[in-house]
Amino acid sequence: MTAAMLKSLVRLQSHFGNILSPGQLCPRSQQLRTALNYSSATAERKRFYQDVSLSQGEGGYEISLDQRKLKTPGGKLFIVPNEALAIAVATEWDAQKDTLKFYTMHLSTLCNTALDNPTQRNKEQMISAALKFLETDTVCYRVDEPHGLVELQKKEWDPVLHWMENRYNVTIGSSSSILGPEIPEATKETFRQHLNSYSFWSLTGLEYVITQLKSVVLSMGMIDRHLTVEQAVLLSRLEEEYQIQHWGNVESAHDYDMYELRARTAAGALFVHLTSESLTVKRKLMQN
Amino acid sequence: MAALSSPLRVCRGILKELRAIHGPTYNRSLAYNYVMDQFRKNKQVTAERYCRAQDEANHDSHTYLCLLASSRTHQALHNLYHVKGECSTAQAASMVGLRLPTQPGGKGWEN
Repeated sequence: MTAAMLKSLVRLQSHFGNILSPGQLCPRSQQLRTALNYSSATAERKRFYQDVSLSQGEGGYEISLDQRKLKTPGGKLFIVPNEALAIAVATEWDAQKDTLKFYTMHLSTLCNTALDNPTQRNKEQMISAALKFLETDTVCYRVDEPHGLVELQKKEWDPVLHWMENRYNVTIGSSSSILGPEIPEATKETFRQHLNSYSFWSLTGLEYVITQLKSVVLSMGMIDRHLTVEQAVLLSRLEEEYQIQHWGNVESAHDYDMYELRARTAAGALFVHLTSESLTVKRKLMQN
Repeated sequence: MAALSSPLRVCRGILKELRAIHGPTYNRSLAYNYVMDQFRKNKQVTAERYCRAQDEANHDSHTYLCLLASSRTHQALHNLYHVKGECSTAQAASMVGLRLPTQPGGKGWEN
């Protein structure tokens, strides 16, 4: 993956220029207030707290909104095993302005899912689901036409596939048949063993990323830090980007979707990394 | 793997996002202290030229910057396009950069 790859997919400049101009993003601006003349049908919760703080309890870090301790939707105490993750979640809560927009709080949602486990899954089920997904992995499922897209898929997806095959010493392959690729049992077994080394929390994050990117290969590539979030999202949306280049970009749909996918994927990746790290500093022995 | 942009740029980017979240007191927030701490710690973890821990930290910082920046951009796009309810034909057209056609001589069926 090189910068050239990204440059070759540069889109036409947005008609509205840079939307990140200060005037439009200042949350207290008059402009924003007048735009909010249509509120959603469901009652929105207002921000009811001033301060967000952390405390360390047994089992991990807890978050308090003013004096009240945060709980999961299932009623459990919200405890996060990793300090950085707790800080990032606290930042999400602190970032809420007048109303609480839960759909923007991806890390909090992931923590809630891991804590409550509403679908009662265990590690084995999650691993099996991920391996099943490999059979319809975006990167392995190729088109026959148009020729331009076939070439683009080969050019952009083959390197990632080869990287994955080398890294894990497996065969995956791609296919343009409607049945998709044949994933050998040995490959699945290798991945099963690898995924078993992940904790339940990390697997929750990984499952989320796979669902967002629609690809196990891209997810693993990003989790293994071979791809950045932006690269993984671009590769996931390759066909869409190809069509955009032909037919033009609609900011309110294409960009909207892309940034949402980036945010969710980034949250998932961060979640996996923070719940699988053990931050130990190994001291190198100084030789006399 | 593509070369990631320098840690300094990423750090600045994250601080910009934190400022957008917290306002002028951003340098007293939890995230600010943690992020600055991490960047200072990871500047020179080992004497090696290629340091895995440093690369990992670099990638993670990019990921967090992507999270913050994309969330903010997505929210801005949401407010720009998906918050207004019904709007006039002229407004809807201007959303995708078009204008309504004009016919200077009138449309024929107007008096």
